[in-house]
Amino acid sequence: MKTNGVLTALALVLPLASPALANKVYVSNEKGNTITVLNSDTWEVTAEFPAGNRPRGIGISPDGKHLYVCASDDDTVRVFDAETYQELWTLPSGPDPELFVMHPSGEYLYIANEDDNLVTVVDTANRTVVAEVPVGVEPEGMAISPDTRFVINTSETTNMAHFIDTSDYKIKHNVLVDQRPRYAVYTRDGSRLFVSSEIGGTVSVIDPNAEGGPVTLQKIGFEVPGVQPEWLQPVGMKVTSDGKWLFVALGPANRVAVIDVASGEVAKYILVGQRVWQLAFTPDEKYLITTNGNSNDVTIIDVEKQEALKSVQVGQQPWGVVVAPD
Amino acid sequence: MMRIRVGLAVVLLCFLGLGDARALEIRTGLLRVDYPSLLPISRFDERPDDLGLAGAVLANEDNQTTGGFLGMEFSVEEVVTTQEDAAAALDGLIAKGIGLVVVMAKADDLLSLADRVGDDALLLNALARDTALRDDQCRSNILHVAPSQAMMADAVAQFALWKQWRRWFLISGSNPEDRALGEVYRRSATKFGARIVEDREFEDTGGSRRTDTGHVLVQRQIPTFTQDAAEHDVVIAADASDVFGLFLPFHTWEPRPVMGSGGLRPVTFHAAHEAWGATQFQRRFERLATRYVREEDYQAWLALRVIGEAVIRTNSNDPAVLRDYMLSEAFELAAFKGRPVNFRDWNGQLRQPILLTDSKITVSVSPQEGYLHQRSTLDTLGLDQPESACTAFQQ
Repeated sequence: MKTNGVLTALALVLPLASPALANKVYVSNEKGNTITVLNSDTWEVTAEFPAGNRPRGIGISPDGKHLYVCASDDDTVRVFDAETYQELWTLPSGPDPELFVMHPSGEYLYIANEDDNLVTVVDTANRTVVAEVPVGVEPEGMAISPDTRFVINTSETTNMAHFIDTSDYKIKHNVLVDQRPRYAVYTRDGSRLFVSSEIGGTVSVIDPNAEGGPVTLQKIGFEVPGVQPEWLQPVGMKVTSDGKWLFVALGPANRVAVIDVASGEVAKYILVGQRVWQLAFTPDEKYLITTNGNSNDVTIIDVEKQEALKSVQVGQQPWGVVVAPD
Repeated sequence: MMRIRVGLAVVLLCFLGLGDARALEIRTGLLRVDYPSLLPISRFDERPDDLGLAGAVLANEDNQTTGGFLGMEFSVEEVVTTQEDAAAALDGLIAKGIGLVVVMAKADDLLSLADRVGDDALLLNALARDTALRDDQCRSNILHVAPSQAMMADAVAQFALWKQWRRWFLISGSNPEDRALGEVYRRSATKFGARIVEDREFEDTGGSRRTDTGHVLVQRQIPTFTQDAAEHDVVIAADASDVFGLFLPFHTWEPRPVMGSGGLRPVTFHAAHEAWGATQFQRRFERLATRYVREEDYQAWLALRVIGEAVIRTNSNDPAVLRDYMLSEAFELAAFKGRPVNFRDWNGQLRQPILLTDSKITVSVSPQEGYLHQRSTLDTLGLDQPESACTAFQQ
């Protein structure tokens, strides 16, 4: 058949046209209690495996071997073999771990414990707690400065970004932001820190290196015709490594905002699935994957074109996403 | 008969290393007036001794955790008193220099307390739901963190109409507060286009709320009481006195859902609410109080968080400065309801979503989808500016 012939020809040509190897994309399904694995070349689901109760925050070791999953209702971080999906061991995380950030070396996890107003620092090799840092009420968002001097934690009821010094685990600065800060991310050059405030409906742009301590330069708001302002709830964020574009998941507004970092203005809103929560780039930053909790799918965005390519069904209520390194 | 408890949170977190001399001290009060009351129909509704007080202690801890980073010291002095001693109790707080007081009292007492203190204190109403307090009886020195009955009834009405339950069988109790609540539901029906097709009064004959085998009688009494009603979609119970509302579900003559004081009830909060981060609030509260949270606790918590948020943003402990900020557009607060809450500057009412619960889970949250408003969809609940006769907030 003619159609089949064309498809076969395409299948033969495509691998040659895109020399980049496919990466595994891991999506945590908060309600399904599973991890869905996708192939970043075909965007097909290749596996789904159990991951404990209420998996949310997810990360991968720099060598791509170990997958770390916050099993929130099990009060632990589960570690899986990223190839075989076998559970290897658990890490002491403190109660109800939700999100963590990893030291670039992979040595430490910095985990937000929502219930105890603590950030727990865990040594991933020795599987021990190195430090517990008291922070504000309901710690949530975590980020690490590119020079690894500071770990940032945002606390949802205290409404602050806390700057934790990684050398002595003491808080050196606090910056007030808008209501219910959910996520924090640095530009790769470390010159800017972004903090999203879900209920405040803004992203705070912070100069973390200002003389005399960090200062808030700007608060970016959102506006979409036909969408009630209260549904514009910024949550997960990712910034391109050249520092030019900031992508912001807007939760129940079902959109990802694209912010031109230089001007501090929203350049575009990309319609994705329902209740978009967290984001992850592929290592080449050609694609951005969004988890859509209420439509049980992920949306693949073409980063350069700033357009949604397609959505792929995953497990029940996808929450977090991470892509294996090259 | 006055019990005083001072809840001074220990300053655990003073990372800024500020000396005491530089600390901004914020002293607040909580005044709870207790009234003689009968036991509730359900044991789940029995009043714990620390009702409301526990919520205030938690809010003070939350405020203090934040204040610790900013060189602020929050404290709350809690006073439980009787109707007769309420005025003296409030005077006592003011004499100690406390100008920010959360009040849990009935409407008449709240008004006389407010009129007594004038400009000496800002009162935050964490209990009284009488719509008149937001209408012609409003006072410039009372902000209402508790929602009005009109807001609660509108929350029910919006859900009923979203379900297309337009024909209502309204059953009101015979006490004055029940009749007033029935009237609130009538207004709500008119506002949203429902029809009261049957309107009956359930007489409170006095006596105890329950007996050992009370359900046997209830199972015979309620069907006969509700028979021969005009064709209706839903039964609306207006039972502020807790006499019959909880007896209606499953016992009505026609198989119809019940809303209002029984069945699906409008609440500010309940112990199973988990959405929007509420789980963390529930766990903090239960660890502190060793019991489940009640609406009164949440409302006291919210009132003190309103104060805390205003203090943190203004760096002031002056009630006048704080009041101005609370009523400004800049004020907003996360309250585990999925969207910021803030005040109506024309009558001092806190805008807020209302939860609808079957007493086990959150069934829905009003305002419902599709109810629009030029200012905020939250203003589809309760008295809107043109409807409110309040003038005390005009500059």
